[in-house]
Amino acid sequence: MAEEAITDAPELATGDGVRRRDFINLAAVSAAGVAGVSLLVPLISQMAPSADVLAESSTEVDISAIQPGQAIKSIFRKQPVFIRNLTPKEIAEANAVPISSLRDPQTLAERTKEGKENWLITMGVCTHLGCVPLGAGEGEIKGEFGGYFCPCHGSAYDTAARIRKGPAPKNLEVPTYEFTSDTVVKIG
Amino acid sequence: MIRIISILVGLFFTLGLAWSFGNGAYTAITEPAPVTAEHEFHLVPKEVHFASDGPFGKFDRQQLQRGFQVYKEVCSACHSLRLVAFRDLAALGYNEAEVKAIAKGFQVPGIDPNTGEANMRPGLPTDYFPKPFANDVAARAANNNAIPPDLSLITKARHDGGPYVYSLLTGFQAQPAELLKEFPDAKTPNGLHYNPYFANLNLAMAPPLTADGQVQYGDGTKSTVDQMAKDVSAFLIWTAEPKLEKRKQTGWPVLGFLLFATVLGYMSYRSIWAEKKKKKA
Amino acid sequence: MSFPWAHEYTPSHPFMKWMDEKLPLPRLVYNSVGSGYPVPRNLNYFWNFGFLALACLGIQIVTGVILAMHYAANAGVAFDSVEHIMRDVNWGWMLRYAHANGASAFFVVIYIHIFRGFFYGSYKAPREMVWLLGVVIFLLMMATAFMGYVLPWGQMSFWGAKVITGLFSAIPLVGEPLQQWLLGGFAPDNASLNRFFSLHYLLPFVIVGVVVLHIWALHIPGSSNPTGVEVKSESDTVPFYPYYIAKDGWAMGLFAFLYCAMLFFFPNALGHPDNYVPANPMSTPAHIVPEWYFWPFYAILRAFTSDFFFIPAKLMGVLAMFSAILVWFFLPWLDRSPVRSGSYRPAFKKFFIILLIDVLILGYCGGAPAAEPYVMISQIAAIYYFAHFLIILPIVSSIERPDPLPFSITEAVLGSDEQAALAPAE
Repeated sequence: MAEEAITDAPELATGDGVRRRDFINLAAVSAAGVAGVSLLVPLISQMAPSADVLAESSTEVDISAIQPGQAIKSIFRKQPVFIRNLTPKEIAEANAVPISSLRDPQTLAERTKEGKENWLITMGVCTHLGCVPLGAGEGEIKGEFGGYFCPCHGSAYDTAARIRKGPAPKNLEVPTYEFTSDTVVKIG
Repeated sequence: MIRIISILVGLFFTLGLAWSFGNGAYTAITEPAPVTAEHEFHLVPKEVHFASDGPFGKFDRQQLQRGFQVYKEVCSACHSLRLVAFRDLAALGYNEAEVKAIAKGFQVPGIDPNTGEANMRPGLPTDYFPKPFANDVAARAANNNAIPPDLSLITKARHDGGPYVYSLLTGFQAQPAELLKEFPDAKTPNGLHYNPYFANLNLAMAPPLTADGQVQYGDGTKSTVDQMAKDVSAFLIWTAEPKLEKRKQTGWPVLGFLLFATVLGYMSYRSIWAEKKKKKA
Repeated sequence: MSFPWAHEYTPSHPFMKWMDEKLPLPRLVYNSVGSGYPVPRNLNYFWNFGFLALACLGIQIVTGVILAMHYAANAGVAFDSVEHIMRDVNWGWMLRYAHANGASAFFVVIYIHIFRGFFYGSYKAPREMVWLLGVVIFLLMMATAFMGYVLPWGQMSFWGAKVITGLFSAIPLVGEPLQQWLLGGFAPDNASLNRFFSLHYLLPFVIVGVVVLHIWALHIPGSSNPTGVEVKSESDTVPFYPYYIAKDGWAMGLFAFLYCAMLFFFPNALGHPDNYVPANPMSTPAHIVPEWYFWPFYAILRAFTSDFFFIPAKLMGVLAMFSAILVWFFLPWLDRSPVRSGSYRPAFKKFFIILLIDVLILGYCGGAPAAEPYVMISQIAAIYYFAHFLIILPIVSSIERPDPLPFSITEAVLGSDEQAALAPAE
């Protein structure tokens, strides 16, 4: 019994040797902990987009064939992008809306590039839950505000693709893009 | 009972083996296996050193760029590199614009956006190296009935990969007279080329690097056949394992930490067992 | 069950008390790998390999589940999806090398674990069930490893699948249809690849289940030890925690160091170059071999080159290869010596060393080309292998005179004089 008390509870013994011993055990357990936590880095980051996916995250689109009033769907990051050539009437409609009445206040100028206000480039992803709104394709309904209409839950966007009605919280997202020439736009 | 059965089963297998052994030994004595030309004249790859060798090895990016140039101007006529994308070339030290320009220099299969017909278009960084032949049948037809293997993984798909490729490229020679004397039937067939570093000595590929200066290097390195062979081998070591450098660089801190943790673990083990061990003395 | 002096789990925190009533999981852990499990105090480093094997199983399951997130089990894209992991997936190269080399590490560990059992008589009563379950685990491991090797769909994968399923075609009458059923076709293709992937994912969890049984069965008599003398008193044991946790912990560190050295600096040393060539049903590589851990059994398979009476050589080889492992199931009843540990069995010890060398020779021949002199050497080595288990062990165990055993584990550790000196203190 006496022996057991000593061997099974070494921490009860006295002296500096014991404190040093506790420190070593603590250090060893901590090292194992550090090893375990650093293992998580590869185990977690492997699920992030891989190099081939990231490499495809920019798209160049030729827009020379899009007439005023027309729109095309392109692909950016495996999601649709709407590229729309607005008519003067649509631009006027968008500019006529009082900003203060909007859920997500933005002017058309803020959503387009200077000097290219007729080119409205937005993600074709409804900001509610991610469906593709109608309105970019030929003959699709554009909703009561003449822009886009999401059939999933009834969100309606205006000619500047701003949310006007329905559950979506935000305007359709404008991706980063630039005009590399008058007819080519690079998205991403 | 079980022991009697076991001994009987044991005898069954040992006698079966002894029978096979006896037959094999008899055949080996009466009909010794013929010596083949491959066995006598095949050579192991030459000794050659690459910057990426060894535990501290790093790629020599200048050399990889030269090797890429050799691949592009010589090998790519017949050999594909299907697992490598142009974007990967950024690892060779090319910047984004250079990668784009390189990609543009290759024609890759595409689709006409208006008619939907198959066509060729200039490559993009996300495209993979195009294949020189449409399919295996075309490759066979154009290459004396031998398919030129894809080179993406070639240095990992052969023993002693880098030195093997280098030796093969520099190993073409006339068939030795002793070989013909010893094995008159082993004369290199028409259309094949003798190379002692190739497994069966006769290779369908004609010597691809034939003259010094066949490729004009931009960095002033003299493009001897030996240098070109070495450079393209180095490039193919990279294509087979682009992550080789990162692997070795990750390995050192990992091993260092594990050594430290193991020593701590050992000390902790000793201290916990100290009481138990003490009584041993 | 445990020894009467095992520490009793006594939760002090109210939550732990509540937990102990509702789901005594902490009690289970305490009694199986905690202070509540008394273990012989004299275990040597060969007893660390059970823990290491469990660690390897963990590594394989974690890396395997992750690889499955990126791998595609379709004959058209499997090879490229592995290269996608190697080139594009974040840390993919490391995870794949960890899995491939993890399989090798697992087998290194498990072979040491098995041969430890051979030498110290771990298969003997009262631990027969531990041993039998262990052999089941080993068979499951072999099946899992084989199917895993098929998944990259390289040349070795393809021809390995063809040759190993070809073993079953040796069975009279049903052989051919059985092989076609296993492959889902006449040759390995998409159907085979998909089922191998599915089973490769399933079997490790079956292994986990059998491992639980293996450890459960072990905890009934308690661990064996290098003397083979059963635990007699409290001074023979130490609690698993902290003593063996500390020992296994530092051994784990050493193992991890060696494993990582392999993984980061020689990741392809144990692989085969031909598996970096995509599967090609039209041409067999010049020299096909399975992974190194199958070499001894592969050598036995190839050792049968002549028909034996009316039994074809092919069937003999297949029978022998499976028997080479199945014979382990009968070990507890073939070796009847009452002495467990080989340390006290002079004749057995010599034969054990011969067996060890014999298996290494078989392994070497299994990896060599199927030509002379390797076939003849492997025939002699295979003769010894079967003779050892089926003839020598039963005979030696009945005629051998073992060395005197120590009275107890404590005596073996401390020596009898110290034992006497300690006695008054107890």
